[in-house]
Amino acid sequence: MDQLKLYGKAFDSRLLIGTALYPSPAIMRESVAASGAQIITLSLRRQSPEQQQGKMIWDYIQESGCQLLPNTAGCKTPKEAIALAEMSREIFHTDWLKLEVIGDDYNLQPDPYGLVESARELVRRGFKVLPYCTDDLLVCRKLLDVGCEVLMPWGAPIGTGQGLMNKYNLRTLRERLPNIPLIIDAGIGAPSQATEAMEMGFDAVLLNTAVAKAQNPVLMAEAFKLAVASGRAARTAGLMLKRQTASPSTPTLDMPFWQQAPVAGAGEEL
Amino acid sequence: MEITVNGEQVTLEKNSGTVAGLLQTLGYIGETFAVALNGDFVARATYGETPLNDGDSLDIVAPVVGG
Repeated sequence: MDQLKLYGKAFDSRLLIGTALYPSPAIMRESVAASGAQIITLSLRRQSPEQQQGKMIWDYIQESGCQLLPNTAGCKTPKEAIALAEMSREIFHTDWLKLEVIGDDYNLQPDPYGLVESARELVRRGFKVLPYCTDDLLVCRKLLDVGCEVLMPWGAPIGTGQGLMNKYNLRTLRERLPNIPLIIDAGIGAPSQATEAMEMGFDAVLLNTAVAKAQNPVLMAEAFKLAVASGRAARTAGLMLKRQTASPSTPTLDMPFWQQAPVAGAGEEL
Repeated sequence: MEITVNGEQVTLEKNSGTVAGLLQTLGYIGETFAVALNGDFVARATYGETPLNDGDSLDIVAPVVGG
């Protein structure tokens, strides 16, 4: 069985999905189920006792059966990220963490310095850190050095749906870190982009907006499920090499009419 | 004593108290929330022994959807 292995746990699905931005909680539940995802992201926010969203999410968590991956979305400093991580661990009863330390409000770009510093401390505190990072090889290496066992480089800025913006960097990551689980996180807008990421050899894809903001989120969740599985199968099967010139796929031997007049423009004089 | 709770000013009659006492006063029950005091995590087991001081800032968070 071709399973995704992260921090000693094995998963059949290679699609991780977010729980935000859906038209309703019911559609969120249905979409997550349709995606086949076994890992879901969620978060923590300030809440007064009379607000009920916390309870709604809590009830869903109990029934989902998914590995929870709380995030530190919105944190801009290691101090904030570490505090939110500790609060997440206490509430969600998991040491898994999607670590986000944002350095720029405009494109929500991860701050590589704050990310490495936070990751070092969180690993020391026993967290299983899955950092949302840029596609820079050296930043990724630093994150591995401080104890991250999984990396989640961005495809494009969160919520943009631009797909894989820097394929050179992403290919470099895959080639230079062949044994590290790499998950494309953020920026995926279409199933074809998820397939492409998987064909390139990434281990999984994490997305949210592309499903939640589709006209039919449940159907789109299924589309991504198929796309990720398809890309993974293609990677495993091994893609053909690209070539510059045509090569007939139908046998040329015993071609009838082979003395026919040459086609105009084929390089022969008529 | 003035305490900031989730960004809003709260005036407490007493000049002393603990995180546990304040949470009870505000109506937080159950285990679906977590607390940070002045930006630092406060473990649930220590609410009763964590004192509050004038000017402290408390963050109380609960699960929400996320990406």
